[in-house]
Amino acid sequence: MDTQGVRWTADQVLALAPDDASRRAGSKLGTAGPWSSTGGSGEGAVWGLCRGSGSTPYRTVVDITGPAYSCSCPSRKFPCKHALGLLLLRAADGADIGGGDAPDWAEQWLEGRRKRAEGVRARKADGSGRAGTADPEAARRRAERRAARITAGAEELEHRLADLLRGGLASAEQSGYGLWEETAARMVDAQAPGLAGRVRDLGAIPGSGPGWPVRLLEECALTHLLDRAWLSVDRLPGPLAATVRTRVGLPAPPQGAAVRDQWLVLAQYDSTDGKLTTRRIWLYGRETGLTALLLSFGAMGRAPELGLPVGVMVDAALTPHAGAGALRAELGELFSAPTPFDAPPRGGTVGDALTAYGLALREDPWLDSWPVTLADVVPIPTDHGWQLADAAPVAGGGEALPLSGPALGRPGLWRLAALSGGGPVTVFGECGHRGFTPLAAWSADAPGETVPLH
Amino acid sequence: MDAWEELVTSALLGTDRRPPALPKTVAGDAPVALLDAAALHTVRRRAGLRPGPAAPAPEPAPADTRRPLPEPARHRLAQLLAGRAAAAPSGGRRGAAPDLAELLPQWLAAAGDHGYKAPASALPALLDAARARTDLRPQALALAGPRGLWLARLNPEWKFALRGAGGSSALPYPRDGEAVRALWEEGLFAERVALLASVRTEDPAAALELLRSTWTAERAEDRLMFLDSLRAGLSGADEEFLEAALSDRSRNVRSTAAELLSALPDSALAGRMARRASSCVSLDRTKGAETVVVEAPHECDEAMQRDGLVPTPPAGRGERSWWLGQLVESAPLSCWQARFGGRAPEEIVALPVADDWQGELHAAWCRAAVRQRDAGWSRALLGAPAAPPATGPGIASLAERAKLLSTLPDEERARWVASFIAAHGLSEAFQLLGVCTVPWAEPLGGAVIDALDIAREAGSYPWSFSGVMGLAERCLSPDAAPQLESLTALPAEPEDASPGAGSYWSEAFQRLVSTLRLRATMRAELAG
Repeated sequence: MDTQGVRWTADQVLALAPDDASRRAGSKLGTAGPWSSTGGSGEGAVWGLCRGSGSTPYRTVVDITGPAYSCSCPSRKFPCKHALGLLLLRAADGADIGGGDAPDWAEQWLEGRRKRAEGVRARKADGSGRAGTADPEAARRRAERRAARITAGAEELEHRLADLLRGGLASAEQSGYGLWEETAARMVDAQAPGLAGRVRDLGAIPGSGPGWPVRLLEECALTHLLDRAWLSVDRLPGPLAATVRTRVGLPAPPQGAAVRDQWLVLAQYDSTDGKLTTRRIWLYGRETGLTALLLSFGAMGRAPELGLPVGVMVDAALTPHAGAGALRAELGELFSAPTPFDAPPRGGTVGDALTAYGLALREDPWLDSWPVTLADVVPIPTDHGWQLADAAPVAGGGEALPLSGPALGRPGLWRLAALSGGGPVTVFGECGHRGFTPLAAWSADAPGETVPLH
Repeated sequence: MDAWEELVTSALLGTDRRPPALPKTVAGDAPVALLDAAALHTVRRRAGLRPGPAAPAPEPAPADTRRPLPEPARHRLAQLLAGRAAAAPSGGRRGAAPDLAELLPQWLAAAGDHGYKAPASALPALLDAARARTDLRPQALALAGPRGLWLARLNPEWKFALRGAGGSSALPYPRDGEAVRALWEEGLFAERVALLASVRTEDPAAALELLRSTWTAERAEDRLMFLDSLRAGLSGADEEFLEAALSDRSRNVRSTAAELLSALPDSALAGRMARRASSCVSLDRTKGAETVVVEAPHECDEAMQRDGLVPTPPAGRGERSWWLGQLVESAPLSCWQARFGGRAPEEIVALPVADDWQGELHAAWCRAAVRQRDAGWSRALLGAPAAPPATGPGIASLAERAKLLSTLPDEERARWVASFIAAHGLSEAFQLLGVCTVPWAEPLGGAVIDALDIAREAGSYPWSFSGVMGLAERCLSPDAAPQLESLTALPAEPEDASPGAGSYWSEAFQRLVSTLRLRATMRAELAG
């Protein structure tokens, strides 16, 4: 394969940066100055020596099919600024990156990766998948103990919700956040992180502005629904039971047949709760029409390891997780380096988007939003924020979706407006009861250029 | 009250106080019954969400028919805008990598010269950059084009774009008399200033006519701004109007009018000033060598004040020398040749001046040379670049030299500064470099590189040259990169050198070389 053909753009490289500081530092290293002995292979490996402040230059090597990075610098950031700089150099001054054989230090690392990949393939072919559990009986007992603790937690939460409703939500405003924080801690003890997260969200609602009692009642009711569902999870149909388990916070291993497709990387964004960084990557399968969500986590200020450049297409196999709308998947083997794509997913009207969300609620009533692509919509500023309206109005007036509150505060909103210029665009995002959160957009005259909006 | 509202009321007040009207569940508990009902309502409501009515769509952005940027240049812009937020480290070490924020203005200017439009998705970052740095505004807004202005109207943070230069694209065609007249009579002040400037460029007389039509009704501060716009395309045709403005009610308007008139060597005011100034300065042949003798004015009469002289000197200055300075500054330089027997400017400047008046007189001539854009006099007053600064022909400061230099042709300017640097080094050259055109023409580039090399070999730290280094990164011709390559090597440290200075210099030269290479790449990317 020609490395020129899969060259990422600077935007795509910068999207891999773990934080703003790395983005800036990486940008500075994206020029020929500090680099020497750079080179790349047809299989998508790039390497180079970067002159730092010390006497020995750092050895940086990137496998863009992963993508995976290795650098001899002491940075704990991932990818480090040198890896970003090397990719930027390759993105901008491709001619400066030579070809040829990898130096020993790069070859060793690449060889190690190849061996590991073969090992995984061999194990998969073996049929055993993951390494067998040492003692299935002990695992079963552990699972039972955990289920019992979650049950105790769900029952306690039910009591607290009933008490709250008996005394009135009005008191929730006075009692403050402490009560919720304590309840959330009890749910963590009960090993039900899903419930703990919901309780923390409940605690934030009384301070969230006008209309909070309605929102609090809605979320209390859905938490109650989850409690009840868990308490009778054995009697639920299989898929719904799986959804309830993941919602409560039990891990759901990927299962079932892997789906190989040309997956378009539509969006990638991180959120953090201070301790844990969660990265969401939305993919769309060009052949299957499926949308999939890859989740990756990074602890204590470290960026999640998985990163795919937005706006490219990867030939890959994804293994779905059970439950929760069956969106979440695990990235399996990549069969080639990422390539550009020429057209966004086919989209629908704003009405179609709400219908899709409504239908998804049948499988998972706790869904806040559902990934959809809107075709031919125009962003319109209104007195209450922005909306996305169908460009081709149906009889009886045009229809529109409001943008969600968080989306209104992001710089991406202005990129969306600029891209549209008052005309129709294609927008991918998450559609739900709080409105639409745009994540990527395409203009009609450059359908191959993905503009990230997060 | 519908069922949902009843549930909310009951939940808010508490089921003990306000039991919900619901059938009891198996648990028989009112709160549980309420939560059950609310869950049903919530899921039903979310599943049944319908789109709302669309608000009126904004007027679409006007078409921008300019060419889009070539792909690599588009990515370069994204990179430059991303690097823009990085604060330049204050003082000290700046590393070996180029400073992207410093290259943005140059990139914008070059992209504008090519006639490209900005990619739509880059407009917000471009407007943010222009908001943060006023020096970027004209070029950033030009690149952003009509869609940039369209976008700026939607976000109050970008309203700066709608003022001044950016707003001028909404101006009528300067020869469209009716539209021009309408905007002149009804427009906002900023629009009117922009309109006047655009008409002035197209047809100086028409602009004057426009101004004349409403002159007496304008407010004083507006009159001052309008008058200032006559600077562009100033000619004898403006004299009558300016002469009348010498009687304006506002003193600032009067002095601006006088200043403009004095830049017209054939104007009546210039003539009056020439007569006054000549009467104060004369050539004395009685003392052997010919000497310039100065007799400063003894009063500042009303006629002088009407011609723009400010009677009260600033603190610390004598009245008579203050008046003299203003007279000489406003008098056409051509009058001195007649006064001193047909001598050339160089000869006049070389004449000795009696009684310590030389500084005052030469400084006033400098101001006049700058005001009248007189290259001949500037050359004479600058003197030889190699002459020690202290013995130059009465030059008060480097700032004044820089101003004088700016009246010389580009190439001569570069040559002069190159000789100055060769003779005096870099420490005083900063301001002078600032008025040279970019990229630096030879021999200027070579002189700067040589001087940096000498400074490096002297063994001091590069900090004191960081200003010149920064300028060199932006202004040296990229063709100089190969010549600089050898300077990036780590030198053997001489005994008396400051510790580690060699590696700092090496780093600074690395940055210089990589910046020059990057500029060459940027140029190639824009050429497409």
